[in-house]
Amino acid sequence: MTEKHPDPRIEALRQAMSRRNFLAAVGATGAAAGLAACGTGGTSTSGSGSSPAASGDSKTITWANWTLYLDYDKESKTYPTLERFEKESGYTVEYREDIEDNVQFNGKVAPQLANGQNIGYDLVTPTDWLAAEWIRKGYAAEIDAANVPNKKNILTALADVPFDPGRQYSLTWQSGFAGLAWNKEKVPNGLKTLDDLWAPELSGKVVVLSEMRDTIGLIMLSQGVDISQPFTTEQFNAALDVLQQQVDSGQIKQVKGNSYKEDLINEQAWAAIGWSGDIFQINAENGDKWGFALPETGGTLWSDNLLIPSTAANKAGAEALMNFYYDPKNAAEVAAYVNYVCPVKGAKEEMEKIDPKLAASEWIFPTDATLDNAYVFRPLTPEEQTEFSDSFGRVIQG
Amino acid sequence: MSIAAAIGDTIEDEPKPPPPSTNKGRKFTAYLLMLPGMLWLAIFFVIPLVALFMTSLQTPVPGGEVGQFQQTFSFSNYAETLTDDTYYIPLIRSFIYSGIATILALLIGYPLAYAIAFKGGKYRNLLLVMVIAPFFVSFILRTIAWRQILADEGPVVAVLRVIGVVGETGGIYPSAFAVIMGLTYNFLPFMTLPIYASLERVDPKLIEASGDLYAKPMTGFFKVTFPLSLPGVVAGTLLTFIPAAGDYVNAALLGRPSNTMIGNRIEYTFLSVNDYPTAAVLSFILMATILIMVLIYIRRVGTEDLV
Repeated sequence: MTEKHPDPRIEALRQAMSRRNFLAAVGATGAAAGLAACGTGGTSTSGSGSSPAASGDSKTITWANWTLYLDYDKESKTYPTLERFEKESGYTVEYREDIEDNVQFNGKVAPQLANGQNIGYDLVTPTDWLAAEWIRKGYAAEIDAANVPNKKNILTALADVPFDPGRQYSLTWQSGFAGLAWNKEKVPNGLKTLDDLWAPELSGKVVVLSEMRDTIGLIMLSQGVDISQPFTTEQFNAALDVLQQQVDSGQIKQVKGNSYKEDLINEQAWAAIGWSGDIFQINAENGDKWGFALPETGGTLWSDNLLIPSTAANKAGAEALMNFYYDPKNAAEVAAYVNYVCPVKGAKEEMEKIDPKLAASEWIFPTDATLDNAYVFRPLTPEEQTEFSDSFGRVIQG
Repeated sequence: MSIAAAIGDTIEDEPKPPPPSTNKGRKFTAYLLMLPGMLWLAIFFVIPLVALFMTSLQTPVPGGEVGQFQQTFSFSNYAETLTDDTYYIPLIRSFIYSGIATILALLIGYPLAYAIAFKGGKYRNLLLVMVIAPFFVSFILRTIAWRQILADEGPVVAVLRVIGVVGETGGIYPSAFAVIMGLTYNFLPFMTLPIYASLERVDPKLIEASGDLYAKPMTGFFKVTFPLSLPGVVAGTLLTFIPAAGDYVNAALLGRPSNTMIGNRIEYTFLSVNDYPTAAVLSFILMATILIMVLIYIRRVGTEDLV
């Protein structure tokens, strides 16, 4: 749960820079979301009235996504792939960058889903854990495989996730890794294992993510625990002890959300547990100064998923859109813009035509060896979620 | 002067009793005028407060989803939260940090207000604008700017390293120092302006009179000027201390895990753990503690005799 910036304006700016924001936290908008989560009912966001007709009748598809998460042409102010989809399919897509963080989005629409009301979206893009929650609660509509033949193009590593075996309800939109990042000047030998972060010469120069699943996930993996398989509270706590120790000793200076990038840039931190896409970006903006690798013991893999709400008015349209973006050519165009892991097989070959340098990137088109070394944090039960996030908070907020 | 006057008015003026009514219609008008304010308070203060209190007495639904709670009037929530060191330590820390920040703001803000009020001359308004000017930039942005200034590779640390105050690898951010400095900086105008408003109203003839009565300038200040500015000092310290105690931005942006304040704990408990009852309990405890401290403080200072 990444710390969200207290000021919505900064947060918007930050998202614009990061292309992605995790679960969030601080501040007015966050609090409002939390409050919204307490209430029931509430008003639906605009667009709910767009097509109250039975599914299939509508020609409009409303899609909620994160900011800067789809190829965008600044000059024409359009989304090229989306335009093409509209032309080919005859549908009109209302593309909305409405998801600012998972908790907030969930708080806004979950009560209506629980009541079986249309939330105004035909397609949404939640992160794994929220997708898991919706599927478990029956808020997601099953995908009609006949309408999405390109579904077969999903990367093998993503085809069978614990929360949705066989991908009956969801398809990955984009993924990213959490791993080790370091300043190549200050740490010339790089980092290979998680324990390298605890080297005495990095004392006070380490920053780790406030996203529990990534930071604790990496530590657990270093302790030989497979985080995608059932593990015990003791194993979770053993990893937490390591974090506590390193925070107490001052080895880890801060535990941060998206702003860890700033620490890397101004050299407040020389090494970090960070996200692949971020390091890709700061390297592009500040000269190729940072290295990124998954620890030898493994890194984490997270994904945002395309999901059709159970109450969607235009399920067939949403499926057509899913199918469109699982065409390797279209997927490559998106990947060339967003720079996160492309979940579609064959997109790499298409990318070579667009930009061979990007096609060679390990962090957009990971090799099997990399994917084998990346783990998806297993779904937590509600009790575990509460208990773990509470214990994690006790460590990162001494 | 209009800014200062406005501030002075809101802070110092007791609500005046309505003029004696000559007929019933007038009395009715007074109530009617109060209605919007009362409604506002009821809807946006009283109702949320009751809702918050009810939330603080809830317990999790057994086997329920994350964030599902039921009303069980569990008053033990308060005892459990108060005895848990992950909550009471940041609570105590918040009061220590905001207390130090308030004192520092007073030490910096009083001379500043004094200088503007008595020595500002024709530059008074300009100086006042300069005190307020930082507000034109977002609070968050200014606090983030301090991160750059205090960073290990920043100018402040570079100077401190040369004069040997911090070691070669040492730094001053993130730290308790940085958090308290951020609090002091961010709330300084709230301290300065009410004090200025009080000082500005002090009749210079009174100070002259103290001199005529053979008081040294220092004695004159402590016997005449300072007591007359006390309402401003009280208002300033309250306006600084109360928001500083509940602040979480400075600790989040300038602190380490060990500098966490209660506001950060409430935010994390509410949004990340989704433990709404505990977050509500913490909010209530914070509110109650501040209220008690403020009441004791006002009693001690006894401003009503001075106004």
